[in-house]
Amino acid sequence: MFLGIDYNVWWYLVFGAVISGYAILDGFDLGAGALHLFLNKEESRRIAINAIAPIWDGNEVWLVIGGGALFAGFPVAYAAIFSAFYVPFMIFLVGLIFRGIAIEFRSKEPMLWWRKTWDIVYCVSCIIISLSLGLMLGNVVQGLPLNGDKEFAANWIFFFNPFGIMVSVTTLALFMMHGAIYLTMKTRNRLYAKLHLLANNFTIFFVISFVITTLYTLLFIPHLSDYFRGHPQLFIVPILMILCIANIPRQIKRGKFRYAFLSSSATIALLLIMVAIEAFPYLLYSPQSPQNSITIHNAASSKETMKILLIIALIGTPLVGIYTSFVFWTFKGKVKLDDMSY
Amino acid sequence: MDVEILARIQFAFTIGFHYIYPPLSIGLGLILVIMEGLYLKTGNKIFEHATRFWIRIFALIFGIGVATGIIMEFEFGTNWATYSKYVGDIFGSALAAEGIFAFALESGFLGILIFGWNRVTPPVHFISTILVFFGSLFSAVWIVVANSWQQTPAGFHIVGEGLNVRAEITDFWAMVFNPSSVDRLLHVWIAAILAGAFLVLSVNAWYIIKNKHLDIARPSFKIALVVAAIFSLLQLATGHSSAKGVAQNQPAKLAAVEGHYDSSAKADMFLFGYVDSKKQKARGLFIPGGLSFLVYGNFDAPVRGLNSFKTGERPSQVNAVFQFYHMMIACGMIMIALSIYGTYLWWREKLFSKKWLMTIFVWSVLLPQIANQAGWFTAEMGRQPWVVYGLLKTSDALSKSVTAHQIVFSLVLFTLVYIVLFALFLFLLNKKITHGPVDDQSQDQIDSGSKRDNPIMSH
Repeated sequence: MFLGIDYNVWWYLVFGAVISGYAILDGFDLGAGALHLFLNKEESRRIAINAIAPIWDGNEVWLVIGGGALFAGFPVAYAAIFSAFYVPFMIFLVGLIFRGIAIEFRSKEPMLWWRKTWDIVYCVSCIIISLSLGLMLGNVVQGLPLNGDKEFAANWIFFFNPFGIMVSVTTLALFMMHGAIYLTMKTRNRLYAKLHLLANNFTIFFVISFVITTLYTLLFIPHLSDYFRGHPQLFIVPILMILCIANIPRQIKRGKFRYAFLSSSATIALLLIMVAIEAFPYLLYSPQSPQNSITIHNAASSKETMKILLIIALIGTPLVGIYTSFVFWTFKGKVKLDDMSY
Repeated sequence: MDVEILARIQFAFTIGFHYIYPPLSIGLGLILVIMEGLYLKTGNKIFEHATRFWIRIFALIFGIGVATGIIMEFEFGTNWATYSKYVGDIFGSALAAEGIFAFALESGFLGILIFGWNRVTPPVHFISTILVFFGSLFSAVWIVVANSWQQTPAGFHIVGEGLNVRAEITDFWAMVFNPSSVDRLLHVWIAAILAGAFLVLSVNAWYIIKNKHLDIARPSFKIALVVAAIFSLLQLATGHSSAKGVAQNQPAKLAAVEGHYDSSAKADMFLFGYVDSKKQKARGLFIPGGLSFLVYGNFDAPVRGLNSFKTGERPSQVNAVFQFYHMMIACGMIMIALSIYGTYLWWREKLFSKKWLMTIFVWSVLLPQIANQAGWFTAEMGRQPWVVYGLLKTSDALSKSVTAHQIVFSLVLFTLVYIVLFALFLFLLNKKITHGPVDDQSQDQIDSGSKRDNPIMSH
C-alpha cells in the first residue's frame, strides 16, 4: 500500500500513464509520417521531417519505458501479450525500424529518387505502425482466448476481427489528425494552409471512424460498457472526451492550433483512460475462459519489486519531464532549416 | 529445426547486429566530449570541424542503434515468455530503470546534440553532449546488470511451483551488485570506448594516407590514440578480474574457455588451438599451467574440469566457446600492441611517417568489433545450457504459444531487413568519410587560421 492504494493499482496507473504519454507524443510523429505523402513538394516534405526530427527519438523512448514497466510490474502479462501478438508485433517492430532509418537516411543524399524512396518508406511504415498498434489495442480491449498457462490459444488470423480492424483504422485516423495539427503549429504560409486543410479532413475521418467503432461496441460488445453503466458518475470521462473531440474542429476553424493540439492530446489520454477503466482489473481478459484471464493481481511482481519500481518512477518521471520540456522548448516555434537540419 | 535453436539463432542474430552500434555510440560519445571540450577551451576551428563531423557520424550510428535496439526489449516477451515470467521481477526492473534513467536522457539530449548547434549556446551544447554520453553509459549499466544477474544470480529467492515458479527480489542492491556486475560492466564500458577510439583512428589514418584533411586528421588521430592506449591497457585489468570471477562463480564456463576437462590436472592457457571434444582434449600452443596460475597464482594447482559436471549442466559447444574466447583475447592484445607502438612513435615524432602502420590502423576498426562480438559469444555460450545460471535452462525458457513457423517468419524478416540496413549503413558511412570533415571553402579558412600555439597540433 502507498497512500492508501494498493501497489498493483499504482503500477497499473503508472503503466497507463506511460502508454498515454507514448500515444500522445509518438502519436503526432506517426501521424505526421502517415500524411507525409500528401505533401507534394520536396521543400514541404523536408520541413515536415525536420518538425519531428529532433524529438521523435525521445518520444519513442516512452514505448521502451512502457515495455519495461509492463515487464517489471506485470511479467506474466508481458509474456502473454507479446508472445500472443507475435506476428503483428514483429510487423510493428519492423515498421519502427524503417520509420527511424527513413528519417535518418533521407537527408543524406541529394538525389530526388533517393529522397522519394525514403518518403514512401517513411509514410508506409508510419501507417503500418499505427494500424498494427491499433489492431493490438483493439484485441486487448476485446480479449483473447487464453489457456491454463495464460498463453494465447489461437492463431494470428484471430486478430483480424471486425472490432480489431475498426480500432486499427480509428487509431490511424486519430494519429493523422493529431499529426496534422502538430505540423500546422510548426509551419507557415502555403504549407500551413495545406496542413490546415488536411487537419480538417483528418478530423472528419477520425470522427466518422470513431462513431462507427463506438456504435459497433455498444451494439455488439455490450460487456465493454458494463462498468460505466454500473458507475454512472464515471460518465464524466466519455462526456469530457466528446467535448474535447468537438473542440478540435472548432479550434482548427479558428486557427488556434495550439488549443486544437491540446484537445487532441486530451482526446488520446481520455480514450486510454476509458479503456483502462473498462479493463480494470484485467490486463488481458479471456472472454472464452474468464478463469484464465490475466489481472493486475495474478500477473504482478512481488511487493518488494513494486516498491522499488515506484521509487524508480518517482525519481525518474520528474527527470524525464525536465529533459523533455527542455528539448521541446529548444525546438519550439516554426521550423527553421539550417546546416544541421535533415 | 526446433523452436529452441531457432529462437536462439534469432536472439543471437538480432542482438549481435544491434551490438555493433551501441558500443560505437558510447566510445564516440567520449571522443565527442573530448573534442568539443577542446573546442570550447581553445576556440580552435579545427576542433569545431572535427566535432561536427563526428556528430554527423554519431547520428547515423545512433539511429541504427535505436532502430535495432527496440526489437531487443520485446523479444524477451515474444520468444522467451517462460523466461520473462521467471525473471520479470528482477530483469524487468533493471530494464525499466534503463528506459527511464538512461534512454530518456540519451534520446532527449540527442536532439540538441544533432540539431542544436545553431540553436543553443556552446556551453549548453557541450552539456548536452556530456549528457548523451552519460545516458549511453547508464544504458550499459542496467542491461549489463540484468545480464550479470543471469550469470551470477544474487539477492533473490525462488517462489511458486511448476509453471508458476519464478525468482523474486529480496535485496535490490545485492541483485544490482551481484558478483559479476562490476567486473563485467567495466569490461563492457572499456570495450565500447575502444570501439569508438578505433573508429576515429581508422578514419583519420585513412585521411593521413590519402593526404587529405591533415590539419584535422592528425590531432584527431592523436586524441583517439591516447584514449585507445589508456583503455586498451585498462582492459587487461578488467579482463583479468572478470576471469577470476568466472573461475569462482561459473567454473564450467572457465573450463570451457580453455577446453579443460580433467579436474585433477593443472589447467593450461592457450594462445591458439582447438578443442577435440571427442578425446576431451584441447590442442595448440599453450602455456603449461597458465590458467592454474591465473586463477590460483600457482602453475600446478588443479582446476575443476568439464568432466566434473553432468552432461546436461555444462556447455556442449566447447570448441566454439574456446575459439570465441581466444579470438577476443587476440584482438585485445593486438589493440594494446598497436596503440602502445603508436604512442612510442608519437614520442619519437615519427607517428605519421610510416604508411604501413597507418594502413594497419585503417583496418584496426575491426578489432574491437570482433572482440566485442566474440566476448559476448563466450559469455553467453559459456553459460549454456542455462539461461539463468544454475536455475533455469534455456530449453525451458521459451514461449509455449510460439511456433517454429512464426520464428522462421520473423528471422527471415529480420535477416532481410538487417542486410539492407547494414548495406545502407556502410554506404552512407563511406560517403560521409569520403566527403570528410570540411567542405573546400572551409578548408581555406582553416589553412589561414590554424597557426596557433597548441601542443596537440604540432607533431
